[in-house]
Amino acid sequence: MGRLLKYLRLDKFPTVWCAGCGVGIVMGCIIRVVDKLKVNPDKVVIVSGIGCSGRMPGYLDFNTLHTTHGRALVFATGLKLAKPSLEIIVVMGDGDALAIGGNHLIHAARRNVNLTSIIINNWIYGMTGGQYSPATPRGAFATTAPYGNLEPPFEVPELVRGSGASYVARGTVYHTRQLDRLIERGMRKEGFGLVEVLSPCPVGFGRRNQMKSAIAMMRWQKDRAVSLKRASKMNEEELKDKIITGVLFEREAPEYTQEYERLMSRVKTRKEIGKREIQTGLGEIHEE
Amino acid sequence: MKNKETLIEKMHWLTFGPISIYEPWCKGCGICVEFCPKDVLILGEDGKLVVRDVHSCTECGLCEIRCPDFAIVIEE
Repeated sequence: MGRLLKYLRLDKFPTVWCAGCGVGIVMGCIIRVVDKLKVNPDKVVIVSGIGCSGRMPGYLDFNTLHTTHGRALVFATGLKLAKPSLEIIVVMGDGDALAIGGNHLIHAARRNVNLTSIIINNWIYGMTGGQYSPATPRGAFATTAPYGNLEPPFEVPELVRGSGASYVARGTVYHTRQLDRLIERGMRKEGFGLVEVLSPCPVGFGRRNQMKSAIAMMRWQKDRAVSLKRASKMNEEELKDKIITGVLFEREAPEYTQEYERLMSRVKTRKEIGKREIQTGLGEIHEE
Repeated sequence: MKNKETLIEKMHWLTFGPISIYEPWCKGCGICVEFCPKDVLILGEDGKLVVRDVHSCTECGLCEIRCPDFAIVIEE
């Protein structure tokens, strides 16, 4: 029954998440991609921070690491440097990745560490009772924004792209098959990959914002999400209130763990022949 | 993992043609019911998933991949 059940820690089910929470859908995408790419489950590591998304490692039967708030990428960077052969997937929420972990997000992207990170963006701090996060849309209601949120949200793909990531994509849990492909491409990509996933939080966000159920929130995703290809044929007026999904950005750039290994082997060789060479961005300096 | 195989065997999945349901995991969110292209599924009186018309099922698998709780499996 169900060939994917082997990837789950069955004794921990049913999950702690509310009915209709999108985190479980993203979890399904991850195990389908791992299964499709035939990655050895003992080589897969799921790293998370704190929050609803932080509970995911508890349910997945890979190597799992549930770390401190906002620091999932830091633990993952260390892990990747220590054991570059591991396939590391970092799962974060919007509060986790963008508020307390905002600094770590931009620096992991800047270093271009070969990680696949997923931000499950539900626009709210769900677990702690519905406080607004740096991803909450302007004007939306939250327990800490009873008259509407005053702050504009982060444009996550732009932020991560500007920081230096190799791969940036956005998807929704409604468009599940597309999400599978986006995560798969992120895992295949050398360098820092980020997939922002719009995910319903009917209890923390929806109830306060005229979307009482996960169904209403997923219908919203269905109506608003436009693929990059379709968006390129639409004008500004048509694109108003739309959310562009798909592979938004991709580039080839030096990957951190590989660069680190190269540096180590260079330094070791120089030591052996008694020379010191410091290569800087300004050119080479040779010392006897 | 041997332990896991016994756990899977012990689960009582209800099977209707290609559709298998594991009721203890269903939270009744209704995502599968709403987005089924053929209206195969409904929510029962207890708020949990019920197969209404198994013959209309095209085995597209959308219910399985959108179920946040892994309570549906479509067997090919």
